[in-house]
Amino acid sequence: MSMDFSTPPYLLKNASVTRVMTQVLLALVPAIAVYTWLIGPAILIQIAIASLAALLGEALMLKVRRQPLAPFLGDGSAIVTAWLIALVFPPLAPWWMVVVGTLFAIVVAKQLYGGLGQNPFNPAMVAFAVCIVSFPALMSQWPNQALHLGFADQFQIIFGLTPRLDALTAATPLDALKTGLKLGEGQVGVAALLANQDVYGQFAGRGWEWITLCYLLGGLWLWQRKIITWQVPTAYIGALAAISGALWLYDPAQFASPLFHLFSGGAMLGAFFIATDPVSGSTTPRGKLIFGAGAGLLTYLIRVFGGYPDGVAFAILLMNICTPLIDLYTQPPIFGMKNGK
Amino acid sequence: MLQLFKFKGGVKPATNKTQSVSQPIAIAPLPSHVAVPLHQSIGGTPRPIVAVGDKVLKGQKIGEADGWISAAVHAPTSGTVIHVGQQTVPHPSGLAADCVVIEPDGKDEWIERKAVDYRSLAPETVRELLREAGVVGLGGAVFPTHGKLTPAKSVPMEQLVINGAECEPFITCDDLLMRERGEEVVRGAAIFRDLLQPQKVLIGIEDNKPEAVAAMQAAVKAVGEDFEVIAVPTRYPAGGAKQLIRVLTGKEVPNGKRSTDLGVQCFNVATAYTAWRALAHGEPVISRLVTVTGNVAKPRNYEALIGTPMDELLALGEPKADTNGIIMGGPMMGFLVPDVKVPVVKATNCLIAHSDALFPPKAPEMPCIRCGECARACPHELQPFEMYWFSRAKNFGKTQEYNIFDCIECGCCSFVCPSRIPLVQYFRFAKSEIWAREKEKKASEIAKTRFEFKQFRDEREKQEKAEKLAKAAAAQAAKKAAEAAAAQATGEAAEAVPPPAAAETSPADAVKKAAIQAAMARAKAQREAAASRNTESLTAEQQQDIQAIEARRMASGLAVPAEPKAE
Repeated sequence: MSMDFSTPPYLLKNASVTRVMTQVLLALVPAIAVYTWLIGPAILIQIAIASLAALLGEALMLKVRRQPLAPFLGDGSAIVTAWLIALVFPPLAPWWMVVVGTLFAIVVAKQLYGGLGQNPFNPAMVAFAVCIVSFPALMSQWPNQALHLGFADQFQIIFGLTPRLDALTAATPLDALKTGLKLGEGQVGVAALLANQDVYGQFAGRGWEWITLCYLLGGLWLWQRKIITWQVPTAYIGALAAISGALWLYDPAQFASPLFHLFSGGAMLGAFFIATDPVSGSTTPRGKLIFGAGAGLLTYLIRVFGGYPDGVAFAILLMNICTPLIDLYTQPPIFGMKNGK
Repeated sequence: MLQLFKFKGGVKPATNKTQSVSQPIAIAPLPSHVAVPLHQSIGGTPRPIVAVGDKVLKGQKIGEADGWISAAVHAPTSGTVIHVGQQTVPHPSGLAADCVVIEPDGKDEWIERKAVDYRSLAPETVRELLREAGVVGLGGAVFPTHGKLTPAKSVPMEQLVINGAECEPFITCDDLLMRERGEEVVRGAAIFRDLLQPQKVLIGIEDNKPEAVAAMQAAVKAVGEDFEVIAVPTRYPAGGAKQLIRVLTGKEVPNGKRSTDLGVQCFNVATAYTAWRALAHGEPVISRLVTVTGNVAKPRNYEALIGTPMDELLALGEPKADTNGIIMGGPMMGFLVPDVKVPVVKATNCLIAHSDALFPPKAPEMPCIRCGECARACPHELQPFEMYWFSRAKNFGKTQEYNIFDCIECGCCSFVCPSRIPLVQYFRFAKSEIWAREKEKKASEIAKTRFEFKQFRDEREKQEKAEKLAKAAAAQAAKKAAEAAAAQATGEAAEAVPPPAAAETSPADAVKKAAIQAAMARAKAQREAAASRNTESLTAEQQQDIQAIEARRMASGLAVPAEPKAE
């Protein structure tokens, strides 16, 4: 069914999907800049690989589905997915793994469900989940902070031109803490582990904490621009802070502080850029609070008690499943019907 | 200072109002002809009471209101009726409707106008006068005004809201009306106040019209009323009746409820003005203020006759060369008229010359990304994107679960949609489909009821027949039993008694005969009684006289007239 366009309203706000997506990308730029500066230019290579793969996958599927290419390649949604994939994958991940993840996200998680606006799951998180299940070892190798690799070295590692030496990589700060606590068997406390200056910085992972701070700033800008609403990030951060704070107060030797959890792993990126994805997330004001809080809570449970280094991806995917139900039960009262129907 | 409330949602499009307020109201010249649609209000279509060739005067009634919710229509100028019948009218679908077309004689000659002092009249009479004068809501809904002037029986009227918000971009006719004819608006509001008896009268005007606010304040003072003139924040659609009521009183009128049930009523300023003109000057609604703006060289407000062809009115504003259409109403809720020659009607508050430069063609529709902008913009707090999914899927039951009939089609959702989805169009489509199905359902329900009743009737007739048959059979059986009994009782002497058939009928016959005889006896007795009464008190001389007369009669051979005596 198509509609006549010469219909009211004749005045329209200057808004488009491309505009929305462009602002999301802009909000990520500070974090990417800091990432490049602290960890190295590998992230730029990964963004390029993912973007290319995303556009190719999208174009291919649009052709197969007999959809026009220009409006959908230009809407920016595939690029957003690509950037998010690049940002949540290890920066030194082999190129083919990024390609596999991105193609799975675009072809399966997005286009097979009907393309833009139709996907029940966040495509970037699907890519992460698929790869961490399929290539757990590669997905757990993060750059060793003690070494500083230049563009050429990182490029060669990503494209497999030099051997992937164990010394080059390390676990993520979250993973290192979990493993350390497990190995310490109650004898080694959080404080002692966080003292390792190679892995940890001022309040979270070394280097990563500043990138995460940039996600927070970018997210606040998106909120100020009214691209996202306050509910999801607030509930996400609130729930994560609440459960981590409670356990930290209960036993600070075994549980890291809320500050550490908020600025580690994908928490801030998840809270502002992924859980706020309107397509796969809840849309009602109360639903967003439930969605955000659920995702925050699950993130903590998975990253602290689960087998994966971080819980953001699975937490958000699990909440994506609940979205239709949450929306159904959180419909806001309409005008004139607020004092009970 | 009154405490103002907020309504959720709403948008802030560029107002584009300054273009058309620099000039005072002008009277539009007589058009070449006027085509007055008979149906210019919600409710019954008025019946034409003139025929082709009739001479009519300005203000003469040409259409009789049909039913209570209806309003009369009048000749906008003097002249000759040249056509009564179907003409294209301002409707998005290019619909034709019955019109009375008048060729002006140029004299613009009024009928005799009767001014009344409405205060001396009963409220019913005032309402009837307004109906006869064709006073309807001029804010755009054209609901017959008299139909809104009865307070609810159980709820006291608290506030009367006079709507001068004029929230649609480009339109300035209410602004100019308040600036130039504020006193008459106030006097019109006083009529409504007197009929509804509210505790307060609140005049709401968007704060982007400070001149109108000042003019109305001065007018209220000049007339000596205690109405409050309140500047409300400029945010579309603050001029929606429900939104303005919310802003001024905090009350939310739910869908399907009358605002009077909440002790509040709302009228447009232009409606108040026409009500005053109708009662105090005897002028029915035959013209209105129309903003001529958009892609024109000389935007301005005109007082135009109802029935004026739109292109003739727009020509006064000198439309620019690239003009390619006329929008009737504002750019948010108005529509491109299907034919530029359609007439100005009571709902026509604005004509906007359309050009692609002024209103660029929309980018192609993209899929919904559920961003929720529409839900945040919706002044009725609906979930337009959900309604859109279900309208698109033709799952109309679901659209109703999401309250599609609460949608006022203000266009805020379409305005903000980043995917450029014509949401309001989808909702109109869904609503019309639901109405069509509802109608069909009703028709089939009637057919079903009819069928079921026929079945019931057939069944009943069958039953009655069966009962009759059973009765007859029972009678037959009884008869046979009686016969048998009689045969047994009489034995060989059967021949001596009357035949059984005669014996059967004889009791009934006897009763009948007895009744007839009794009746006859009664009649005779009455006659005799009457006859005797006349001669009861006769004196001896009189009796002698009578006897003498009788004797003479007998002698002359005449019969004794017994009956006339009784008469």
